[in-house]
Amino acid sequence: MPRSEDMAITGMPVGKVGVWWFLASEIPVFGGLIASYVVLRLGSGGWSDASSHLNFSLALANTFVLLTSSLTMVLAFAAVEEKKPRRLQANLLLTLLLGLTFLMIKGFEYAGEIGHGFTPGAGIFWSFYYGMTGLHALHVLGGIIVNLVLLVAALRDTLRPNEHRVELAGLYWHFVDIVWIFLFPLLYLT
Amino acid sequence: MKIFSTDHKVIAKQYLSVGLFWAITGGLTAYMIRWQLAYPETEVPGWGFIAPDFYNMLVTMHGTIMVFFVAMPILLAAFGNFLIPLMIGAQDMAFPRLNMLSFWVFALASLVLLSSFFVPGGAASAGWTGYPPLSAKAAYTGVNWGLNLWLLALALEFASFLMGGVNFLTTAINLRAPGMTFFRLPLVVWMQLTAAVIFMLSVGPLIAGAVMLLMDRVVGTTFFLPEGGGQPLLWQHLFWFFGHPEVYVILLPGLGLVLEILPVFSRKPIFGYRAIIYSTIVAGMLSFVVWAHHQFLSGMDPRLAMPFSITTILISVPFALIVFAMIATLWRGSISFSAPMLFALGTLAVFILGGLTGIFNGSAPVDIYLHDTYFIVAHFHYTLFSAVFFAGFAGLYFWFPKMFGRMMNETLGKIHFLLTFIFFNAVFLPMHVVGLRGMMRRIADPTQYAFLQPIQPLNVFITVAAILLLLSQFLFVINFFWSLLAGKRAERNPWQSNTLEWTTLSPPPHDNFERVPVVYRSPYEYSSPESPEDWLPQDRQLSPHTAARS
Amino acid sequence: MNWFPENVSTFGGEIDSLFYLILYITGAWFVLTEGLIVFFLIRYRRRQGSKAAYLPGESLRQASWILVPCVAVLILDLWLDFRGADVWAKIKRQVPPSDLVIQITGKQFNWEIVYPGPDGKFGTEDDLQIDNELHVPVGKVVHVVLKSKDVIHSFFLPHLRLKQDAVPGREIQAWFEATKPGQFEMPCAELCGFGHSGMNGQLIVQPQEEYEKWVQEHWPKK
Repeated sequence: MPRSEDMAITGMPVGKVGVWWFLASEIPVFGGLIASYVVLRLGSGGWSDASSHLNFSLALANTFVLLTSSLTMVLAFAAVEEKKPRRLQANLLLTLLLGLTFLMIKGFEYAGEIGHGFTPGAGIFWSFYYGMTGLHALHVLGGIIVNLVLLVAALRDTLRPNEHRVELAGLYWHFVDIVWIFLFPLLYLT
Repeated sequence: MKIFSTDHKVIAKQYLSVGLFWAITGGLTAYMIRWQLAYPETEVPGWGFIAPDFYNMLVTMHGTIMVFFVAMPILLAAFGNFLIPLMIGAQDMAFPRLNMLSFWVFALASLVLLSSFFVPGGAASAGWTGYPPLSAKAAYTGVNWGLNLWLLALALEFASFLMGGVNFLTTAINLRAPGMTFFRLPLVVWMQLTAAVIFMLSVGPLIAGAVMLLMDRVVGTTFFLPEGGGQPLLWQHLFWFFGHPEVYVILLPGLGLVLEILPVFSRKPIFGYRAIIYSTIVAGMLSFVVWAHHQFLSGMDPRLAMPFSITTILISVPFALIVFAMIATLWRGSISFSAPMLFALGTLAVFILGGLTGIFNGSAPVDIYLHDTYFIVAHFHYTLFSAVFFAGFAGLYFWFPKMFGRMMNETLGKIHFLLTFIFFNAVFLPMHVVGLRGMMRRIADPTQYAFLQPIQPLNVFITVAAILLLLSQFLFVINFFWSLLAGKRAERNPWQSNTLEWTTLSPPPHDNFERVPVVYRSPYEYSSPESPEDWLPQDRQLSPHTAARS
Repeated sequence: MNWFPENVSTFGGEIDSLFYLILYITGAWFVLTEGLIVFFLIRYRRRQGSKAAYLPGESLRQASWILVPCVAVLILDLWLDFRGADVWAKIKRQVPPSDLVIQITGKQFNWEIVYPGPDGKFGTEDDLQIDNELHVPVGKVVHVVLKSKDVIHSFFLPHLRLKQDAVPGREIQAWFEATKPGQFEMPCAELCGFGHSGMNGQLIVQPQEEYEKWVQEHWPKK
């Protein structure tokens, strides 16, 4: 029976090829949203009035949170390769907590904005703001769940022989991070 | 048979079953639509009166069901799942559990769509294209949950096929048997792979659009509502950026089945194997830059019409090549007219007409008149019906022995073909004339318009032919089920075909092959000088003695 | 072969001619390809002792049998496109001058037609709204400004070979010139809700004298 860590002709394990194809299909999803935002925004004015109401410092903090979580994810995979199970568990836990922190800060931002009357229906900028960051947040949540499953397996020592899945989860997590790297300037810095 | 199976052959049959269920439902919607058009203000036999908004729901669901819940599951998922591992010599897909998950997500999508018929307000009624603002505010259609569930069902279906696409691509790249190089892959596999790549790269923007439309409906955003600064045209671009490549996603697997069947029953190699592959890849790439030919009159900048007209006209070239290659495969062959061959030939004949009418639509000034008329409806039924139904039947008659271990009844199959071919043309050929007269799409009552009076008799004729077309399909249903239960037991290779699936038992055992096959040649060595027989399987090793004989 | 409704548009003839040109070209391809198929099926049907030829079509010599027709397809396609470009530009990109402007707003399920009146300006007192009736003089260029109050509608004049979507939030220009008087239908051609079927209007083209009488009736000179 084929197994996902079997070698592919591409030199990459089959599972990794699969994850790359998945990410390739996710790019046009966010790409479609971002392209729509850019085209619509370039075509009309007044959006910066709306975007000036965003909380830049919270978003900046969130960017650091997410970047750090990518670092801890890399360290988690390094721990797999160095066969250091406790370091793996610690870094997976950190990634998880940082992800949750991201979501909490985002939720706090949303609460503030809605409190000031900037609901999703408050204008076309807000439609895109909530749409893009909301879809992104859902993807962060998905990543948190995947990492939680891996953490539980690592704690119970049932991860072997599938430790390569940490790398695959890492690929997805980095993707989610990179999407944020695009969203942050497009929404907060313009 | 386990219901939660990871065996690709079982999963294929599960997709086939759900697809056939939706085909019957889609056919029912067609019956009701056609009755209403021929005899407006009368009761549809077996149903009753049809209100105008119910009619809009029928045309919406007919399109949605046929494209997303019949064509995709049968042509891509069922045939792809069954054939890809067998044809490449593998035991199963690369990710069998992901495969199982993708079917059950699709089953969930089906349930969601089915449920949308039963909610207050009824099912979606804004067209299968769902243009906002009509689709963005419940007040405009009177449909509330029906449209939300429609969007949810589509999103789930897309997720299912994305998972399937990952599986197909990874499997075909990595699990090929020794000797099965890329240029020894059967064209079925090439077509499935191209379709998978096209789908995976094009569906993203529509997923984004569906999220946006759902948010407009449920959360109060205004992506597509001008009163909130939104742009209705944005949806059209997101929809058609996917929508156009999607028609090739549906077309290519069907063409692949035909390209497999023609050589078997002509006892000749497919003509121009590599040219066909390159053409397919070019068509796949071009398919990403033609989308706005659906939007010539949408209000988008008129300067964009010419670039999109040019790309649209260019895409006819690779498909012309594939058509010519199919015809050349028949040339100097030894042709037998089995049921699968008849349906394969029917696909070719019907597809040629569909492709040619595309030339009219791709010309922007002519489209000024043709857009949103029945000429367009006739065009896409010729292309889609050939790719989905004629090709699908060809594939089912051909691979039924391998899938189920029994033979279908040939005579019944031939009659089924004859009736389907005749009635299909009787329905859709006159429809071009109806469209040229100017009859608009999605109207429930043509008799409300004086200028359409002359073609109303044609509408009646089309309806009668459509009912006969639908009734003819019972021949297939009877044949299918009777053969399943009592058909003659099939041998390994009833058609004397070269590809790997015919080397194993009918049906194949769980792991497909008794021994890992080794491949020595292309799949199309029919009437080869290297063999005394008129066929030469991919896995047959020729002794030096036989090889020297020519 | 009189498939189309009568053409009463200055540019309609060009659209019809282009249609027929495409018909002849695609018709020729149809006869050629389907004819070949039927011929091959009869000529090369399996009979006692018949053997298929081994022709994989991989060499350039063999492949040219399908490559050369593809070149012909390409050339004919491009020719059709360039012919079409001129016609498209004439209708959708070059708007001939006119003082006659009428505003047509689609609203579920009517065409709300607003005439600017003698002052030629919209938003003034002499504006007049007549639903579903478009009065124009024969032989004069008419500008229409298409709008929508709710969903996308599509303004369709079959006898003038004119169609243009009306999009809410946008003002879209179109024009036509009728070549003979008469009454012609004006259906909506984009699904717009439960009343889409039956959403219709009348284009009333009048000879100059009758048109001026109509103007007089509606805007009497004080």
